[in-house]
Amino acid sequence: MSQTDDRAHADVAPGDEYAHEEFGSGLRSYLIGLALALLLTAASFWVTHTQVMWAPAIPVALLTFAIAQMGVHLVFFLHLTSGPDNTNNIMALAFGVLIVFLLFGGSVWIMHHMNTNMMAPIEGGVRMPLQKGVPLQPGPGMPMQHGGGGHH
Amino acid sequence: MSSSAAIPGGLPDVVPMRRDPNHLGHHAAGEGESRATGHGTGGPSSKRIVVAYGFWIFLLSDIVMFAAFFAAFAVLRGGTAGGPTGAELFDIANVAIETVLLLLSSFACGVATLALNARRALLFQAAMAVTFLLGAGFLALELREFTDLVARDAGPTRSAFLSAFFTVVGCHGLHVTAGLLWLLTMMAQVFAKGFRPDILRRVMCFSLFWHALDIVWVAVFTVVYLMGSAA
Repeated sequence: MSQTDDRAHADVAPGDEYAHEEFGSGLRSYLIGLALALLLTAASFWVTHTQVMWAPAIPVALLTFAIAQMGVHLVFFLHLTSGPDNTNNIMALAFGVLIVFLLFGGSVWIMHHMNTNMMAPIEGGVRMPLQKGVPLQPGPGMPMQHGGGGHH
Repeated sequence: MSSSAAIPGGLPDVVPMRRDPNHLGHHAAGEGESRATGHGTGGPSSKRIVVAYGFWIFLLSDIVMFAAFFAAFAVLRGGTAGGPTGAELFDIANVAIETVLLLLSSFACGVATLALNARRALLFQAAMAVTFLLGAGFLALELREFTDLVARDAGPTRSAFLSAFFTVVGCHGLHVTAGLLWLLTMMAQVFAKGFRPDILRRVMCFSLFWHALDIVWVAVFTVVYLMGSAA
């Protein structure tokens, strides 16, 4: 096939691998990926049910396992490598990950602060009447806003 | 199919002086490779690479869309409006079975890709059939979960949390449904038309799509189910 010659000289398409004419070696890569992914999945589900782990650390562990499993999928199923023939694919992926991080992390960050800084008095059910010159007590873990918050 | 004729059959046996991978859409090989700047060298890349790269960009944009839905879910997770929480609703065993089904279907899809590259038609059809059955099993479990939730008065209109839940999980389910239809189309096309270059490109895009769905599901079961039921 002319495509085979072409791949040896230029960029590699995402999902492609050089040695994939050989069925056995290709299958080995998928088997390794499957085993690692199953292992990480089992670890994720186990962590939520075990008492061994310190509870506040569980979300961190879950995120770690999830990111690791995505990496396993990208390497063993999508055959993304760090080689020069994959640079374009990796750069596109890096840009995508940047946007995902900004979108997800940014939204969660902003909305968390909106909740703690603006919604807290309502959720607590206590509405202190505002008095001039008396600054509101900042809630636990809430940083003092510049200008003494709560005057509006 | 006409595109394959545009690819030079026998490339000149030139070793590129300097490999610059950033000439997307152009061969890295060819005369004067290292001197030409700005424009690519050696003529356009094969359609196989251009198509797959374009589809890769689409998949990344699709993942960005999912990130928006995940952000909405993470923000609205506590907004249960007095209704049931994730911890009360989610059946984690069911999610574990769904995860294994989708992972095995991704593996079967990989075997189908290998069979395609080895030009083994029977193995390809068998692996694709297994992929379909596993994917359909995943979808059936998800639909059963959805109808069960609606029957328990925990439908998408119950609370902001459930709206976000049905949006993100349902959107993934819609992708799986579209993927299953695409899978059947590919089986029929390979059966009817054989290993033509354009059919190969379509199957390659399908396998990228199917693996990407599995990657999105990793985020779904982590963020929605495991973290959602922990809180």
